[in-house]
Amino acid sequence: MTTVNYSNVELLRFITAGSVDDGKSTLIGRLLYDSKSVFEDQLESMKVISERHGNHKVNLALLTDGLRSEREQGITIDVAYRYFSTPKRKFVIADTPGHIEYTRNMVTGASTAEAAIILIDARNGIMEQTKRHSYIISLLQIPNVIFAVNKMDLVDFSEKKFEKITDEYSIFIQKLNIKNVYYLPISAFHGDNVVEFSKKMTWYKGPSLLSILETIPLKNNISSLPARFPIQYVIRPQTDNFHDYRAYAGQIASGTYNVGDSVTIVPSYTQSIIKAIDNVMESLNEASAPQSVAIRLVDNVDASRGDMIVKSTELPIVDSNISLMVCWFNHRPLCIGIKYIIRHTTDEVFGIVTHVNYKVNINTMENVICDEHVKMNDIAHVFMKTSKPLKYDIYVKNRLTGGLIIIDGNTFETVGAGMIMK
Amino acid sequence: MSNKSLHIKELESESIYVIREVASQFEKSVLLFSGGKDSIVMAYLSYKAFYPSPIPFPFLHIDTGHNFEETIIYRDKLITQFDVKLCIGSVQDFIDSGCLKEETGYDASRNKLQTTVLLAMIEKNRFDAALGGARRDEEKVRAKERFFSHRDEFGQWDPKNQRPELWNIFNGKKQLSEHFRVFPLSNWTEMDIWQYILEENIKLPSLYYTHEREVFKRDGVWFAYYPFVKLRSNERPVIKRVRCRTIGDVTCTGLTLSEAHTTEEIISEIAVSRITERGGRFDDKRSETAMEDRKKAGYF
Ligand SMILES: Nc1nc2c(ncn2[C@@H]2O[C@H](COP(=O)(O)OP(=O)(O)O)[C@@H](O)[C@H]2O)c(=O)[nH]1
Repeated sequence: MTTVNYSNVELLRFITAGSVDDGKSTLIGRLLYDSKSVFEDQLESMKVISERHGNHKVNLALLTDGLRSEREQGITIDVAYRYFSTPKRKFVIADTPGHIEYTRNMVTGASTAEAAIILIDARNGIMEQTKRHSYIISLLQIPNVIFAVNKMDLVDFSEKKFEKITDEYSIFIQKLNIKNVYYLPISAFHGDNVVEFSKKMTWYKGPSLLSILETIPLKNNISSLPARFPIQYVIRPQTDNFHDYRAYAGQIASGTYNVGDSVTIVPSYTQSIIKAIDNVMESLNEASAPQSVAIRLVDNVDASRGDMIVKSTELPIVDSNISLMVCWFNHRPLCIGIKYIIRHTTDEVFGIVTHVNYKVNINTMENVICDEHVKMNDIAHVFMKTSKPLKYDIYVKNRLTGGLIIIDGNTFETVGAGMIMK
Repeated sequence: MSNKSLHIKELESESIYVIREVASQFEKSVLLFSGGKDSIVMAYLSYKAFYPSPIPFPFLHIDTGHNFEETIIYRDKLITQFDVKLCIGSVQDFIDSGCLKEETGYDASRNKLQTTVLLAMIEKNRFDAALGGARRDEEKVRAKERFFSHRDEFGQWDPKNQRPELWNIFNGKKQLSEHFRVFPLSNWTEMDIWQYILEENIKLPSLYYTHEREVFKRDGVWFAYYPFVKLRSNERPVIKRVRCRTIGDVTCTGLTLSEAHTTEEIISEIAVSRITERGGRFDDKRSETAMEDRKKAGYF
């Protein structure tokens, strides 16, 4: 097998968060540009647009501004995905906008991210938005946070200024559940500490942004978590060659499966043993998250989409009364007592919110009780009853089996996201 | 499989998951097959997703009538190999019946006409999900598109009203007569596609490798010369060694001068190339927001 450049690298998904004008687009443009992921024709078209808008220096932010309405308003309004790679890793960036009204986009981008860059403007320090974003990162359980103080050039590259901001932040996040934080001073516009080290901030001894991204631990534990395999699709060819073939196809949400493992199908609690793990023409002895496979069992059991195959020694919680944090996405508010469609792993049930326990004021981190009006972009702790029991782990233990989405039963829009607490 | 790279394995798993989700959530899905390398990769992934069952949806080719001959030969072979049904929407038929009017002039292309035919085919066959091979790295507007992209009754995309997609949970619920476009390759880059083709040893149409062809240069881009192409006075067909980076209708598929005979050689060429793949596609160049306008109208 020939080895090619970029051939065997891991994939890191991260998000960028910041208020409008903190320099997010510029930073992403800089990462793409300095890692040589910008092509000549893109650069050419950016030059033309920059000049038309009256800028002489190429505006790197244009690389990430996709939609016309955004270009007209000069702001980023939706989640956009960007790709770049270095010889060490391949990156998927979810670029999420900063305005208050777009919390839902950040939650969306955060759900699959393994790292978050929080960008702030050194002149303004920590803002309400910064707190809001940090709260969401903690709520969605992004394991790594990079706190980047941008526009250091506008504060004379002052170490004092940097320390004042980072001290304040480290006190603030004690209230949150954030695991790994990296602090660094940058200038996205000039490139200091993004890919290249800064000659102007020799007082900073840590790694550059890119080298942090290249080295932070990945999917640390997803394959060592309890094994969870939501059945997605049943493969039954019923042809002469494969007359009795029956396999449960799906993507392993967490953990590792081996041929010979004793497994239980929930919620029926039927027991069996793994006979084979198929991957097209190939049979594997072992497979782990996030692989897509097809599992065959020794016994003929009755299992279908929405059921879960787990190891008999590590069963999930099975319950139809749950409590969860919800983030609301829709213009119409959450209604207590009405039937929503709930999608959780590959399962679909109905759910009714019975009670709003509290709403979170994410600027003050205070819980507001006695307010049951959950509106767009609100975050609240609610109780829910489902039409069939869910098979789950709490969200802080497992993001894929602890997260669910709420769908309006009439419009079919995705109106909310939920993180199961209990 | 064992010597597949980590990120390719992860991307493959993600795409197979999305393809299986389509088969589970929709009643009548279809794979948009253009003969381009992305749709060829889509065909292979679909085969893997359901093996040893056959692929549970047909392929749909929107045929502009201005094809590279090799594309059609390759398409028919693949259809036989995977034993799937092929539906063809013919732009020529729509022109002949008077439903569509051909563009004229030097830059005439049937690319835009494809949209009408595609929507008509979806309507006629009552397809509720159309799988496509588009990738987010291709173009700025595509960068914002979801895996499951909701389309209204008229096939239109509303970028401001996209459904949020969290974790790996996809919401394909819809009203009657609406449909979805689904893009399992969203997170792949051009390089990933080539690496997959290499690692899986997928045979591509010969067009992707170096060959001699009659070509002409327009606005700095090489195009295949065919008798139906209207040349400007300063344009002359010449013979060059070229390969396609992506294949669409012949009138707007740009060619790259190349000596690459193998997938490995293509990969090394791309690794040092400084032009994006769509940079060679004329239809995107018409205006700064060309792709966005066509997407809103229901283009792939
Ligand atoms: N001086 C300076 N200006 C910056 C820096 N980063 C961004 N900017 C400028 O700040 C403004 C907002 O940046 P932009 O990237 O569009 O912000 P976004 O709204 O967060 O995407 C632009 O005028 C940038 O040129 C920096 O490090 N130093």
